[in-house]
Amino acid sequence: MWIYEKKLQYPVKVSTCNPRLAKFLVEQYGGADGELAAALRYLNQRYTIPDKVIGLLTDIGTEEFAHLEMIATMIYKLTKDATPQQMRDAGLDAHYANHDSALFYHNADGVPFTAAYIQAKGDPIADLYEDIAAEEKARATYQWLIDMSDDPDLNDGLRFLREREIIHSLRFREAVEILKQERDQKVFF
Amino acid sequence: METNLPAEYYQLLEELQAVDFVLVELTLYLDTHPNDTASIQQFNHYAQERKKLKKAIESKYGPMQQYGNSYSGTPWDWNKAPWPWQV
Repeated sequence: MWIYEKKLQYPVKVSTCNPRLAKFLVEQYGGADGELAAALRYLNQRYTIPDKVIGLLTDIGTEEFAHLEMIATMIYKLTKDATPQQMRDAGLDAHYANHDSALFYHNADGVPFTAAYIQAKGDPIADLYEDIAAEEKARATYQWLIDMSDDPDLNDGLRFLREREIIHSLRFREAVEILKQERDQKVFF
Repeated sequence: METNLPAEYYQLLEELQAVDFVLVELTLYLDTHPNDTASIQQFNHYAQERKKLKKAIESKYGPMQQYGNSYSGTPWDWNKAPWPWQV
């Protein structure tokens, strides 16, 4: 089971109302390499992965939900005071027509989230390599977002999230080594 | 829904976020390095620190968790704002 805690993993601040940045940021909310995809991917793979890495998938999957909440907070704070005209000027006209300023799981282009973004192959090495790739893609996405953003407060939170992708990737690489070691131990001559 | 909270709230919250960062980092690290005794000692030390900080925050600003992982005031104060995205 999961227990919710009434706090963000890291403080989220934004300098100004800026719906255009929110439009980009939603890529990490409902996009292919976003936090929702990450959380669902790891928490689903863990049922059929060897015992030695179930804990890691559980803990990283859980942390991804904390990141999802941080991204949601960023989007919420960037848009909560925006007028319909500001939403329109920021390219969020279609979003506003459908959702007002509600958050929705879609990517920066407005394409709704789909389970097709994530894979569970049942092969531990294949699954962990996918997880490493997912972390690296998310890290790159955070970099592009930071490059486009001129909000120093927002960038502080985005940098934290970018660093977490690096750590997750590192831990998944270690998990691969642990499984390789276990596999090699099973060979007897 | 914006609530005016004293500077002390943000300071305590940030202290907890810092300790929790150590704990998240050590959790993931220990998931792949289960025999690192020094790290386990550090983990248990910070686990105790987080307990103290959680108690300090909750005594002034209400429960941080529910389903019985925190005590409740009267009336029921779990669903009281502010929520994390509102501060």
